Amino acid sequence: MIDYRNYLKEYDGPPIRIMEVCGTHTASIAHTGIVSLISSKIQLISGPGCPVCVTVTEYIDRLIDLSLTPDTVVVTFGDMIRVTGRSKSLQDVRSEGGQVRMVYSPMDTLALAKLEPAKTFVFAAIGFETTTAVYAALMDEMIREGLTNIRLLTSLKTMPRCIEWVCSMQGGIDGFLAPGHVSVITGSSLFEPLARDFHVPFAVAGFEAEQILMALFALVKMIEGKESRVMNLYPAAVTRDGNLTAKDMIHTYFESCDAAWRGMGVIAESGMVLRDIYGKYDAGSRNLYCDHSHHPMCRCDKVITGALKPKECPLFGKICTPQAPQGACMVSAEGSCCSYFVNRRND
Amino acid sequence: MAHGSGGKATSDLISSIFARHFDNPVLAKMEDAAVVPGAARLAMTTDSFVVTPLVFAGGDIGKLAVCGTVNDLAMSGAKPMYLTCGFILEEGVETEDLERIAASMSTAAKEAGVLIVAGDTKVIEGKGGLYINTSGVGFLPEGDFEVSASFLRTGDMILLSGTLGDHHATILSARMGIENTIQSDCAPLHGMVSALQDSKVHIRAMRDVTRGGLATVLHEFAVASNKCLRIEERLIPVKDQVKGLCGILGLDPLYMANEGKMVAAVAKEDAELALSCLRKSPYGEAAAIIGEVISGEEGTLLLLTEAGGVRMLTELYGEGLPRIC
Repeated sequence: MIDYRNYLKEYDGPPIRIMEVCGTHTASIAHTGIVSLISSKIQLISGPGCPVCVTVTEYIDRLIDLSLTPDTVVVTFGDMIRVTGRSKSLQDVRSEGGQVRMVYSPMDTLALAKLEPAKTFVFAAIGFETTTAVYAALMDEMIREGLTNIRLLTSLKTMPRCIEWVCSMQGGIDGFLAPGHVSVITGSSLFEPLARDFHVPFAVAGFEAEQILMALFALVKMIEGKESRVMNLYPAAVTRDGNLTAKDMIHTYFESCDAAWRGMGVIAESGMVLRDIYGKYDAGSRNLYCDHSHHPMCRCDKVITGALKPKECPLFGKICTPQAPQGACMVSAEGSCCSYFVNRRND
Repeated sequence: MAHGSGGKATSDLISSIFARHFDNPVLAKMEDAAVVPGAARLAMTTDSFVVTPLVFAGGDIGKLAVCGTVNDLAMSGAKPMYLTCGFILEEGVETEDLERIAASMSTAAKEAGVLIVAGDTKVIEGKGGLYINTSGVGFLPEGDFEVSASFLRTGDMILLSGTLGDHHATILSARMGIENTIQSDCAPLHGMVSALQDSKVHIRAMRDVTRGGLATVLHEFAVASNKCLRIEERLIPVKDQVKGLCGILGLDPLYMANEGKMVAAVAKEDAELALSCLRKSPYGEAAAIIGEVISGEEGTLLLLTEAGGVRMLTELYGEGLPRIC
């Protein structure tokens, strides 16, 4: 058997660009020091897999408006509180009386809603296929319990169209480290049409160092052999068809829609929104497409798509730091810029 | 609100709970100020405690308020001697909770060998919250004993007194309603420090590893001394349950808060002796040598990961966990 660690370290062929689509992979790569274990000819590019980072400013502004509406409380994951919309963040409006609660799970909204039935609780429902399954479970539970004071403001994204968009860009990506969590729900077959159409290999990977290294090795070998297959290297959690129960539940409540991505604009059929019959649970999620960068020199758009490395943004580490983030990529711990900054990555 | 009026209700509260639990000859005089013997060199510190929940697995806010200040004194090399404590109580605090907290402060103070010599109580409007400030005075040993993060030298070894993340994981589990058997590590560290001093270990720097976690403390060491520190992930003890919780919640033990752990940089030749001193303490059984000061890029902290990679560590960015101590 080939020593894959040694192979990755000693690789001296043509430069290779591999994109890790998922923010959890970005964080894991930083935490395990994987860049120091592979040849500098293998470049790892952070992709658009951090949900906070790809959310457009109009969505944030809508959340802010809701938080300032009487008897309305915005419920959110912690990361979203610090992201700036057109001019302010949820954190900023808290001091102006904005009602914002932070939770660790969307399901915590149920308890809040029961405790204060006179208030409407709006969950800031962002995320990819994995988290959408949790929102479907939340819908299921609140309808079962007859709760009428919970709404979702959704900015839900799906992977394939966005990867397609990245593939179609010039100066492209040679291979993709496919997102493990998303694949648990969707199945690895999701990537097969992309691999075929764009002649680019995918490796579905877990989040441990060895799992990532194995996947990188598989990608390098496929790239060298000009193969464009989907390899599932996370079989303990991912099947070819995915979690059918979760997919059914998602499709019960949500339907496909066009979605706006920071830096990429509106991509057709790349998001999900509550079906019309559940429209009364929606807090106005449709058509939130506008995106205004907080700082004119912010390059989050280029970083998200892999066109620029975080350190190539003129603001990176200077006026844009985790304490004073100018763009969304510096806010979330899984954002490319934040991860590069906090871990002092030089690649 | 009458309990905070300064009149009869206040003195009843003080005598029925605080004076009874903290009883000692200095406090018993009930004067405006405590008069106590001193030393040539004193260490002084103060800290406020706002943790929620007030009572958690392995401790409560009272134990935390004593240990936190005792540990700050101990890290200067001082023997902790006296504490003062100020209570701010919100209306609605249950007397039983107050009893329990005062009793646990008393137990912790006895273990640490400190006297609580002065106190104050205020009652404000609210919803049953309780906050404690403790100030402490310690006596430094005779001679010129001094430790500082700036004293690190190349070749020094880095020791950690036990597992990381226990307190952080306890508080987070309590708030999230996660059931497990993780307990806070809240404990006084003065015993370990005096063992190191008694054994004449050349200690360059010591710090208790609280908010910000190990990485934040060692990053400070690296910057203050302008040295390169390298620690090894495989040598850093973390309990399996804590590791599991970190895996689920995406936490990093290196940045989690502790309340009964210290890190020390000592001269290389004293490292094994220092390790045996730490391990003799009931709170240091899992102590380990976790790294060293190497020649490398100045002001940096490197982690050799379990995967064999190198990761550069910085101080904690972001909020950590609010109201953890």
